[in-house]
Amino acid sequence: MFATAIIVFREVLEAALLVGIVAAATRGVPGRGPWLAAGIALGLAGAAAVALGTGRIAEMASGVGQELFNAAVLGIAVVMLGWHNLWMSAHGAALAADARGLGRAISDGRRECSVLLIVVGLAVLREGSETVLFLYGIAASEGGASLPMLTGGLGGIAAGVAVGWLLYAGLLRIPLRWFFTATGVLVLFLAAGMASQAARFLIQADVLPGLATPVWDTSALLPQTSVAGMLLHSLVGYDARPAGMQILFYVLVLVTIAIGMKRVGRAAGPAARSRGAS
Amino acid sequence: MPSLCRLSRFAATLLLAIAFLGSPPVAAADDEFRLVLQDHVFQPAELVVPAGRKIKLVVENRDATPEEFESHSLNREKVIAGKSTATIFVGPLKPGRYPFVGEYNEKTAKGVIVAR
Repeated sequence: MFATAIIVFREVLEAALLVGIVAAATRGVPGRGPWLAAGIALGLAGAAAVALGTGRIAEMASGVGQELFNAAVLGIAVVMLGWHNLWMSAHGAALAADARGLGRAISDGRRECSVLLIVVGLAVLREGSETVLFLYGIAASEGGASLPMLTGGLGGIAAGVAVGWLLYAGLLRIPLRWFFTATGVLVLFLAAGMASQAARFLIQADVLPGLATPVWDTSALLPQTSVAGMLLHSLVGYDARPAGMQILFYVLVLVTIAIGMKRVGRAAGPAARSRGAS
Repeated sequence: MPSLCRLSRFAATLLLAIAFLGSPPVAAADDEFRLVLQDHVFQPAELVVPAGRKIKLVVENRDATPEEFESHSLNREKVIAGKSTATIFVGPLKPGRYPFVGEYNEKTAKGVIVAR
């Protein structure tokens, strides 16, 4: 039961942390709640579908379909998170003002909400499908869902969700002045970490060369199986033995989004200030 | 708004460009190695492979249940559906021992790849 709980917890944690960060980062965006819920629901449905089709996905592209699928899902998420951060650079000031009760509603929140839906849905789909497969595996091999296994699975899910919620609640305590800057930085590293993971899948599929594997090995210092390693892996893409290509992807996404944020922020800054003054 | 869209499109194009620029190194007759998983046990439990070369690992799951091949030391993970075969590219490895497990049945499904 305990082993089951730990495995499920590991799978759920990554998605839960992402949902926690994205939920905090979109604070104040009108109509965000239902979109968030819809994203989770669609992600769960997708997870079941992917779990059912695992064999078929894996057979595609001469045996590396799963890697290409994962890389594509991660790639879309990276682009969406990048888009989100650019949107926030333009609207963050207005949202913060709104949250302070200055009443300046965002009119075009819908597109941002659909980005939210996709990012959350994809994260739940990816991690959820592995959880479904794992639980199905035990259920099938032990001749039916035993109670301890079910309890373990549910416990793992509950623990993962709790950590995500704690992160969300903790982020909300950040003073508004720095709030969107803080969530922006978190999302930035989240996106870079996902890009590195996508690169790893493409290397595993032999689509990309690894370029020196590994560049460093910190598995003795901070193993990825430790709690700190796991959290850092989910939050900033920590990898104990990264390939050169992973680092290249990581840095490129980090720099591209950061430059974009700066440019959009500079363009939106004066306009937001003048509107605030009027 | 338009500049926003342009920027995100730019980022997407950039990502795609990178994916293609790294053009697949035409599988130069990779060394192929086989692992079989049966009753949640890997056979062989110790697989010797050449160091310094990329290898193609073919894992056959003879069980009816899915398994996740996972190795932190190899930096690899892959779900393998029941009654199916998966391909995983590994390395080039430095000489050493690289343990792996079937994450869904960690107690029995474990082994080690030895690069020489």
